[in-house]
Formats: sequence, structure tokens, C-alpha cells
Amino acid sequence: MKPHSPHKLTAALFCLLLSAVPALEGCSKPGAGQGEPITLLNVSYDPTRELYTDVNAAFAKQWEAKHGTKLVIKQSHGGSGKQARAVIDGLDADVVTLALAYDVDMIHDKGQLIPEGWQSRLPNNSSPYTSTIVFVVRKGNPKGIRDWEDLLRPGVAVITPNPKTSGGARWNYLAAWGYALRKNNGDEAKAQEFVSNLFKNVPVLDSGARGATTTFAERGIGDVLIGWENEALLLTDEVGKDKFEIIIPSVSILAEPPVALVDRNVDRKGTRAAAEAYLQFLYSEEGQELAAKHHFRPRAQAAAAKYASHFPTVSLFTIDEVFGGWKQAQKKHFDDGGAFDRLYVPKAQ
Amino acid sequence: MQHSARRRVLPGFGLTMGLSWLYLGLIVLLPLSGLFLKTFTLSWDQFWDTVASPRVLAAYRLSFGTALVAALVNVVFGLLVAWVLVRYRFPGKALVDALVDLPFALPTAVAGLTLTTLYSHNGWYGQYLEALGVKVAFTPLGIIVALTFIGLPFVVRTVQPVLEEIDADVEEAAATLGASPWRTFTHVLLPGVLPALLSGFTLAFARAIGEYGSVVFISGNMPMRTEIAPLLIITRLEQYDYAGATAIAGVMLAVSFALLLAANLIQRWTNRRLEARTG
Repeated sequence: MKPHSPHKLTAALFCLLLSAVPALEGCSKPGAGQGEPITLLNVSYDPTRELYTDVNAAFAKQWEAKHGTKLVIKQSHGGSGKQARAVIDGLDADVVTLALAYDVDMIHDKGQLIPEGWQSRLPNNSSPYTSTIVFVVRKGNPKGIRDWEDLLRPGVAVITPNPKTSGGARWNYLAAWGYALRKNNGDEAKAQEFVSNLFKNVPVLDSGARGATTTFAERGIGDVLIGWENEALLLTDEVGKDKFEIIIPSVSILAEPPVALVDRNVDRKGTRAAAEAYLQFLYSEEGQELAAKHHFRPRAQAAAAKYASHFPTVSLFTIDEVFGGWKQAQKKHFDDGGAFDRLYVPKAQ
Repeated sequence: MQHSARRRVLPGFGLTMGLSWLYLGLIVLLPLSGLFLKTFTLSWDQFWDTVASPRVLAAYRLSFGTALVAALVNVVFGLLVAWVLVRYRFPGKALVDALVDLPFALPTAVAGLTLTTLYSHNGWYGQYLEALGVKVAFTPLGIIVALTFIGLPFVVRTVQPVLEEIDADVEEAAATLGASPWRTFTHVLLPGVLPALLSGFTLAFARAIGEYGSVVFISGNMPMRTEIAPLLIITRLEQYDYAGATAIAGVMLAVSFALLLAANLIQRWTNRRLEARTG
């Protein structure tokens, strides 16, 4: 063989590799030219798929009417933490709409894509809609479950996903902890005992919220499912009103899924105006109406009043009030060696 | 002459070797060194606390233990399936042959969901097994089931071509010479397929150690009991603890590599012994 051919081949190989790179990044083309459609990417978590399908259609229509340019909004769904890591690792999100503020905090901390104080840039802690943690039981409530206490009774099997792998499950856990604190006048040891006893009744720890729902609804395992109210409503409305009932506990947590602009990405892509307007739209009358339709509690008075029968009043506490914010809650409860791990790992010998 | 002695039938050894190194470097070595580099951001104490905590140790034991059992089950049944496929003609053979590859093609999460549905207490298999007092879903047994499922093709597909090479005549000759079926199996068939069987075992075992998708659904993920090591890597990532995740992964990788290396050496040794005997 001639000595040239290896070099030629190597060169060809490199060209191939290089040409593959733009192809991989095809979606990130800065496409904000004249008349060209603007593309936004909303990176979200699992149960918002249907909500954002509607929001995107409504907002794109409004944008086109106002500006005359076409707007294409793509959505990406997955576990909240996994989605945040994808954004940190370079997924070109214009906005993130995640399950907990901690994941957005990490996009600031680890990725430096969002400035400090992002949560005060939009009203209501940057959470345009909220939800809370409720129980789903089987029709007729055979185990007579009314409140958190009932979940500790022997013989009651509780289904909740693993707080180590699921953002949703962390809300469940904190809701139980917060209830126990309130019940015991802030006694931390008693709260730990309460949550520990609750988790003794958990036979399966699914890795995500939808998995837990499947375990409970499809496989018929467990007597009660702890989960977000919007997911519970979806389950009873669309899967089986004749099979399940929702039980609202006396006290629960105000789940505030946050939304945020990914500054670094929108500035690079020139999509800031559209992305900002998109997030504002979530707070508009139309956006709030859509949130309520998809079982999220709206913040705006008008939509809240209209759907009041949908969302029973619960005594709600926030994560800031009881746990001093997400970062502290994460560190104390869910990081390795935290309170959740101590429920399972045998005491050090 | 030295030069002519090194000449091969196919030209371009230097080129192909170079490309192989480049390819392996880009696809395997570079990502793996990235993994270890990330681990090195931990201090020795941090590393040790991570990889030797009781929970992680329990997960290692579970991951390697269930992978081993599953690979052994596959050695037995994979050999059987391969033998049936090679030695007999029967209606639906093409179908059976295609079925063997299905665990490869199926997304692992789909496999996991399906297996969990079958084996949970009200599933097709589960309701009968549980009546007999055998719990499969959400126990280590369930993990073994999932790992057996995904590992089967490796053994069948490595043993199959080797069995085809061994003439059925040899087995028949042994039988006519008065060997019992068991003796025929241990003295005629087994030595011939042993290297292939070992490599099938190694592949199935290696694959099972790192398996995540099909296991998380059926395992139930209970800390200290049914938590596999890859799940702990995911929990680390959920805490944005990249270094901790790579530390656990690195230990798995090192152990896996040692085991694979050992299996390869045994395989080569069997090969050589076999060649010495037959050649």
C-alpha cells in the first residue's frame, strides 16, 4: 500500500466526524432571521406534557398574530433532575419548567446558565401554577384513609416513589415531614420517627412518579398512592373514576414547580424576547386557565375562582417556611447520609 | 528475510491497526478516562466513604450476585436452546431463532415493565407463583429474572455457530460406541463448546452487571435489599454529585474489568488445552 493512503483515510475520517457535529447540533441553529420561524425549546418534567402542548399552541398563535413571525415551540420531558442535567450538559433549552427549584438552582450552580436570584425574576417565586400532595385510594376507601396518620397504621401499604431519584417523591416526603412537625410542635425527632414509620409501610420504591402510579393503578399494589394533585386528578378523571378516589389530607405542602429563562442560551440564540413573552404568558388569563384545565392550581384569582370546586382548600405550608428553601431541604434530607438515608441504613456498628 | 516473514495475506496491517486504536480510543478509552478523571476530584477519604458505605456495598453484592446467577442460568438454558436449534428440524424453528434475539431488540424499559406486569402478585405468572409462596417482583429473584431475560441471546448466539461446526456424527459415533448420553455430553459435546460457552457467559454476565432499564421496574428499589449499583449511580446524579457517581461507576468498572479479564484468560487456556488435545 502507498504511504499516502493512510493519511487520506484518516483525513476522510476526521472530515466525517467533523461534519457529523453540526448535524448533531442541528436544532441549535440560530434561526432568528427575517421571516424565518423562531424556535424555542421548553425543557420540562414528565407530567406537564399535555399542559405545554396546549400552552404552546395558544402562545404560538398569539405571537404570530402580534409579530407576524412564526414561532415553533418544542418540548422535552423527563425526570426533573435528569432534564436539569441535560441542560447543564448543553441541551439548548430556552426555558426550563421543572418540578422543583433545586433543579433550577443547580443549573445556576453547576452550569452558570442562569443568574443568581432567578426565582425572584417572575411573580410568585417564579411558579405560575402550583399543586399539592394528596392521596389516591381505591374506590370506597376500604382502609378508611383520611389523613397522614392513617398511612402509619399496620397493614396499610403506601406507594410513593424514591425521593433519591424522583423530584416528585421529595415533595411527598417533605409534605409528610411538615405535617408531623406541625402536629408535634416542631419536634424534629418526632417528625423523623413519623416519616420513618410511614416508609416502613412502603413496599416498593419506584424510581419515578409515573412508575409509582403504574404500580398502584395498573398492578394493583398498595392501598394508597401519595402524589401530586394534578397527577391524581388525571388518574381519576381519565383512567378510572369508578376505581379510585382522591383523599385530601388536613395539611399538605404547597408544591411550586418553577419556570425560568435560560439566559445564556437565549442570548446566544437571540430568542430572549420570545422566551420571556412565553413565560409571561403562563401568568396571563389564558395561561392560568390552561393550567387549571390541566389540574394545576392557578395563581390568578379569576381562574382560581372559576375552578374552585376542582381544588378543595387545604391548609398548605411552603418549603421556605418549614425547611428554609430547597437547598437546605435537599442537603438535610436527600443528600447521601441525610435523613432519608438514615431511615434505611442500619445504625453504624 | 525479516520483511517477507512478516508479510500477511491481507495488506494494510499498519493502517487497520492504527484505525482500530483510534476508534477504540475515541469510543472506549477517552470516555472511560473522563470517568476516572472526574473521580479524581474526590479526596481519598471522600472516595472511600462513597464506595464503601454499607448501602453501596449492599448494592455491589446484589448487582454482581444477581448478574452471576443470571449468567449461570443462561449458560444452562442457552446451551439447551442452541443445541435444539442446531440439532433438530422442527416446525416454527425460524420463529424460535428470531425469538432469541428479541431481548436485544426490545428497549430495556419495555422489558422491565412487561416482566413486572407478568410477575407482580396479580400478573399472569405472579399470581400462581405467589400462591406457591414465591415472590418474584420486587425481590432479588425478580432482578435475576430480568437479567436472565436480557442475557439469553449472548449465550445462544456464541454457542450456536460452534455447535454447528461439531458434526452430529461425532455424538452418534460416541453413542454407537456405547457411551451414555451423559458421557457423550461431558466428553464429546461439552469440551468442544466450552470456550464458546465461557465467552457467552462472560458477555451475559458483563451485560447484566451494568443493566439498569429492565431492572428498576421489577426490583422495587428498596435500600439495602433490592437496590442495584446502577441505581445508586443515578441517585448520585440526582444530587448533582458527578464525582460520587463516577466513583461508584469506577469501582464497578474495575471489578468488571478484572472479572472479564479472568474469564478471557480461562477461555484462552481452555482453547489451548483443547487444541493440544485435538491437534
